[in-house]
Amino acid sequence: MADIIAQMSFSAKVAEVFYVVIGIIFILTGVKALNDKDCPKRVTTAVFWFIVAFTFIAGYWLKAFDLSWVIGLCVVVMAAMSAMGMVTQSKSDVPTAEETRANADKFGYKPFIPPVVLALSAVLVATFWKALGSNNAIGVSGIIGLIAVFLIFKPKPEYIVKDGTRLMDNVGPISLLPQILAALGSLFTAAGVGTVIAEGVSAIVPEGNLFIAVAVYCIAMALFTMIMGNGFAAFSVITVGIGIPFLIAKGADPIVVGALGLTAGYCGTLMTPMAANFNIMPAALLETKSKYAIIFSQVPVALVMLTIHILLMYFLAF
Amino acid sequence: MIKLIGVLIVIVGFILKFDTLAVVVVAGVVTGLVGGMSIMDILTTLGNAFVTNRTATLFVLTLSVIGMCERYGLKDKAVDLIRSIKNASTGKLLAIWQTARTFASAFSLRIGGHAQFIRPLINPMAQAAYVANYGEPDEKTEDEIKGLSAGTENYGNFFAQNCFMGSSGTLLIVSTLTEQGYDVTALDIAGKSWYIAIASIIVGIAYALIWDQIFKSRNAKKGVN
Repeated sequence: MADIIAQMSFSAKVAEVFYVVIGIIFILTGVKALNDKDCPKRVTTAVFWFIVAFTFIAGYWLKAFDLSWVIGLCVVVMAAMSAMGMVTQSKSDVPTAEETRANADKFGYKPFIPPVVLALSAVLVATFWKALGSNNAIGVSGIIGLIAVFLIFKPKPEYIVKDGTRLMDNVGPISLLPQILAALGSLFTAAGVGTVIAEGVSAIVPEGNLFIAVAVYCIAMALFTMIMGNGFAAFSVITVGIGIPFLIAKGADPIVVGALGLTAGYCGTLMTPMAANFNIMPAALLETKSKYAIIFSQVPVALVMLTIHILLMYFLAF
Repeated sequence: MIKLIGVLIVIVGFILKFDTLAVVVVAGVVTGLVGGMSIMDILTTLGNAFVTNRTATLFVLTLSVIGMCERYGLKDKAVDLIRSIKNASTGKLLAIWQTARTFASAFSLRIGGHAQFIRPLINPMAQAAYVANYGEPDEKTEDEIKGLSAGTENYGNFFAQNCFMGSSGTLLIVSTLTEQGYDVTALDIAGKSWYIAIASIIVGIAYALIWDQIFKSRNAKKGVN
């Protein structure tokens, strides 16, 4: 183990420390469930979060000792537990309206400061401390943000845990979706899925016409998102199948393709009843006469934005 | 063609609203199987990729800060700020709100949500602004204002969130591209996300102001009749 640590870069060591911290947050989310006597699935919920924590804390070491299949198995178990409804939210310490109002009257606009500190410090640390790495900068910004919170509000330290696990639980198992989708992308690549999609698409895209390739990628992102109701899932499939072979491999800047690719998908989100959280449930909440009132209103904006995506990607990426 | 079965599983699974994580994992395992991989190979590939892509879950490190700011009155003060907008037309009010919402989203300020902001605050204010100018709206107009109000939340949320390095969308882009062998960082993606955030503000403002004109001309016609 010591020789593995000796071979790790500074940035990799810091990253492992942050993954242990994330693991601890997962453990605390599980403990919160275990302590909630009214939570019907408290034991299985806790087990779920403990398994997730295990993959974060032990993952690097299992991989180093060629035992990655253990993590793969954990992922399958996590998915199965989620599918069988074994993971639920447990009771959180939610601040009351009176508490937040009283705090707001006392502190004024100061609660706006820490999130801005968080966002800016991530950018500054990533820009000026290159050896640390961009990903670790996010962790460091979390620490700087916490310092800002303590300097401004002098809160009880227990709120770090209470408010952190409250938000963690609000998002729930779905918080792992980006990570699992990126893993799906690598399985697709290993099995050659991207190549098959690319062969199909090459029938539509004339060789060497980059503008059409950009348009096809952006429109496919929007269409797939409309069908699936989820831009994240569309991104991993369409980027592996179209974005990489037809754009990035032809010299497009991967940063531009990635950044604009996901939001091109969101243009689709604006136009589909499949994205019920954003378009249908809010319509019910607002008691609109037509349940598609929000979608009707959003279609012109979505189409204009999609056009802007295609133009921006074409001009910025090449 | 059989290799596309994983894509099909994702599409059908999402349409039928099966458990999201399970759909993705099943799609991955089945794809591996039809691609001729053994169970051990699949679990190893899945495990390796899951460990490498822990970056996509780094946003967890920012949750405590954001949660504590809510406790100390973030949303209450955002509400105070919006209430202080006086004498604006429906379109102008929505344009101002969407601009604020977009910047908030870019700086990881959680001030939004249809339940927390649009229903109790933005829509009533937008409706009241209409009433002040033209009197009670008919059912169709009321629906249109509700649609416009709800839309501002989605535009601000979707098109600006990736400007924050620690957002899950940004981290998904980084980990997907890194996994495919391209060296991109969260700083790169967040930087290039500003183009679309700014574009969405311009488009949103233009759209809101166009609706102001639509309401104006409709009511002018009514006046003539």
